Amino acid sequence: MNNKSTLSAERRNKTILSVVLTVICVIYVLPVLTVVLNSFKLNTYVKTDTFALPKGEMWAGFDNFIKGMTFGNYPFWKSVVYSVVITLLSTALILLFTSMAAWYIARVNSIACKAIYFLCVFSMVVPFQMVMFTLSKTADALRLNTPWTIPIVYLGFGAGLAIFMFVGFVKSIPLEIEEAAAIDGCGPLRTYFSVVFPMLKPTMISVGILEIMWVWNDYLLPVLVLDINEYRTIPIHIQYLKGSYGTVDLGATMALILLSIIPVIVFYLSCQKHIIKGVASGAVKG
Amino acid sequence: MNKQSPLRRFWKTPLRRWAWLFLGPVTAAFAIGFVWPFLQGIWLSFCKFKLIKDAKFVGFSNYAKALTDPSFMHSFWYTALFALVSLVLINVLAFAVALALTQGIRGSNLFRTVFFMPNLIGGIVLGYIWSMIFDGILSRYGTSILMETKYGFWGLIILMCWQQIGYMMIIYIAGLQAVPGDMLEAAKIDGANKWQTLFRVTIPNVMPSITICTFLGLTNGFKLFDQNLALTAGQPFLIQADGSSIKTTEMLALNIYNTFYTSNSASQGTAQAKAVLFFILVAGLGLAQLAFTRKREVQQ
Repeated sequence: MNNKSTLSAERRNKTILSVVLTVICVIYVLPVLTVVLNSFKLNTYVKTDTFALPKGEMWAGFDNFIKGMTFGNYPFWKSVVYSVVITLLSTALILLFTSMAAWYIARVNSIACKAIYFLCVFSMVVPFQMVMFTLSKTADALRLNTPWTIPIVYLGFGAGLAIFMFVGFVKSIPLEIEEAAAIDGCGPLRTYFSVVFPMLKPTMISVGILEIMWVWNDYLLPVLVLDINEYRTIPIHIQYLKGSYGTVDLGATMALILLSIIPVIVFYLSCQKHIIKGVASGAVKG
Repeated sequence: MNKQSPLRRFWKTPLRRWAWLFLGPVTAAFAIGFVWPFLQGIWLSFCKFKLIKDAKFVGFSNYAKALTDPSFMHSFWYTALFALVSLVLINVLAFAVALALTQGIRGSNLFRTVFFMPNLIGGIVLGYIWSMIFDGILSRYGTSILMETKYGFWGLIILMCWQQIGYMMIIYIAGLQAVPGDMLEAAKIDGANKWQTLFRVTIPNVMPSITICTFLGLTNGFKLFDQNLALTAGQPFLIQADGSSIKTTEMLALNIYNTFYTSNSASQGTAQAKAVLFFILVAGLGLAQLAFTRKREVQQ
């Protein structure tokens, strides 16, 4: 009897919890929904009727999207291309070279290795503002200021977390596998690329996702390093919508924001499990 | 096992010959992207310069200027308050949500998916989304988020909660799932009520997650830049008696940025000194906080 009543109380609690969570969930989605609503609304109504449905005279159809894609002196599609190029190149570069370095550091473990590892961990606590001025000057001097070369800057500034995560993982791989490869006559290169590299896959995915999220959304590094008259990424483009015009066309801005978050949300929903796992394992730093 | 077995030494030797390939690219990029800018930054904080090549050593005068700059001190206190409030709010709410989502409610996965989603949206975009929302609400009362410091402050807090709760929640969920079930069972059998179980069993066991989340919350709060720039960019401005202005919602990172790039040209040295102070502050706070919570972790 007593047992039964606690059971039903527990069920009631769970129902209440579900309702509360559902309400929070709706509140969470509202901002994104507001973006969708306003991207179809005439600019003059965005400020006055932010939360109204875009119907009747407020309806702008796809005008905001057309305007957003074309207005200004910089076409939106170009920033999309540059964002994609920079993100993919940087992530590929970081994954390849930091995993190689991490394997070497974990296996050889000489004084030089320890020094590099220590510096990498140290770099994780240094805020970007500390190096932003000198880094952008150095990058300019070395001509790392184009979308094709800026990945080298990302490799340098982002190496810390990647090396930290890879070293942690390599240390958990038993040495015997690599020794067996060595006995079978594999040199270091083959041992790495055909034995170690495939084993690193789970960490590759985690690191890759963290780097993609970082580089894709990064604003300050590219705006300081790139020549922004020629190259803009999506965050730079959106920030400069405000700068280049006296008054901002909010409708068009929202249309561009919607266009820029759709791929992110699709990416998230399609590899959600990996993303959440990546974040959980990346957080175990410090 | 003996680490220096002959086979291992034999095997390491050929690997060392490939050091240039394995370590070379990362070391070179790391030198360009971090080590050199970092060292040069420290050196330049003691110099007066407009262009790096004609930097002149001036001792600590940049630091003196930075510490007597009212806008810098204002942004320091503003940032500290912001970091503290956001740290507490985000962590308490994220922990509560994580606790709710580990009770085995139907739809937990859907909730988790939705709560984490804002994390993938970049800071600049988030800033513009929320400035539209806040202005949509505040315009009904004839005001705007750019009109009052307190609107800017709480606006940024709401934005950061929206973005960060999902992230911290993921870490807390991982921690909560690792709490040994038999320990919770034992507490129940011993007659502990829910609150006792929470504070005596659950929280001590998720201390590692709390360490990480408070560390991230604190450093994220202090390092915040994109969201600050996009939401208010420091507005409203307070005009001082001497004609200079204080950007009342400007946080430390934005203050450093503005000192570098938007104020008069002689201020780069001061800006670099501010950046060094900022680095010492963030690194020091982060390490102190780690040491503080690490002590409270239970060994399993």
